[in-house]
Amino acid sequence: MDLRTPLKRVHNLGSAKEGADHFWQQRQTEVANIFLIVWLVWLVASLAGADYATVRGALSNPFVAIGLMLLILSGVFHMRLGMQTIIEDYVSDGLKVVLLMLNTFFAIAVGLASFFAILKLSFGS
Amino acid sequence: MAHANGGEAVRPRPISPHLQIYARPINMMMSILHRITGAALYFGTLLLAAWLIAAASGPESFAQVNSFFGSIIGQLILFGYTWALLHHMLGGIRHLIWDTGRGLDIKTTDTLCWASIIGSVTLTAAIWLGAALV
Repeated sequence: MDLRTPLKRVHNLGSAKEGADHFWQQRQTEVANIFLIVWLVWLVASLAGADYATVRGALSNPFVAIGLMLLILSGVFHMRLGMQTIIEDYVSDGLKVVLLMLNTFFAIAVGLASFFAILKLSFGS
Repeated sequence: MAHANGGEAVRPRPISPHLQIYARPINMMMSILHRITGAALYFGTLLLAAWLIAAASGPESFAQVNSFFGSIIGQLILFGYTWALLHHMLGGIRHLIWDTGRGLDIKTTDTLCWASIIGSVTLTAAIWLGAALV
């Protein structure tokens, strides 16, 4: 049961009715990405030119696997929010709704495919 | 409109700024670049996904993806990806500073913008040189 008055319910939520959620989540994933991207660049640079066994061994290390999953999670979340803003800025009406849906599908598909690959590297044959 | 110089035809003066004569401020360029690099990174995530999926699929597919990344086009894409990543990251840090309400005067804004473009180019060059030398 919501005991707040109608005015209190919509206060600070703005015309999009979701308040500062988008802004805040964008910043939160951004801060996480700063650390994770610096680490990713180091990881990829250290594996550049390495053979398959070395790369496989590095990627199946639990800490590397967890780090990669954190990066993918934070990364696809952040990029979905960013692309949402771009779509909302340039596209209107029906096409906007379609593109916003595709944006979410793309982010989730890329994220889950990467997760599956990381888990397979750790647990699979 | 009456001509002040006695009716001689004069070239009409520009009535509003136009892209061709507009002195583009650095923060405007960095804002545009932030969005472009963000959109590029959106699709660039597929590179990371492809690399992970190939590594999980086995030696043959890993060799295929690796040979693409090792080709001239692949290296160019990876180089651009590195720069876009670092530029978007430094731009993000700049925006985090602005979010706190600091550094919003024109002089600091320009300094931060120049720092992000110079920083991203320098860091990209350093990483690729470092990876090539080590």
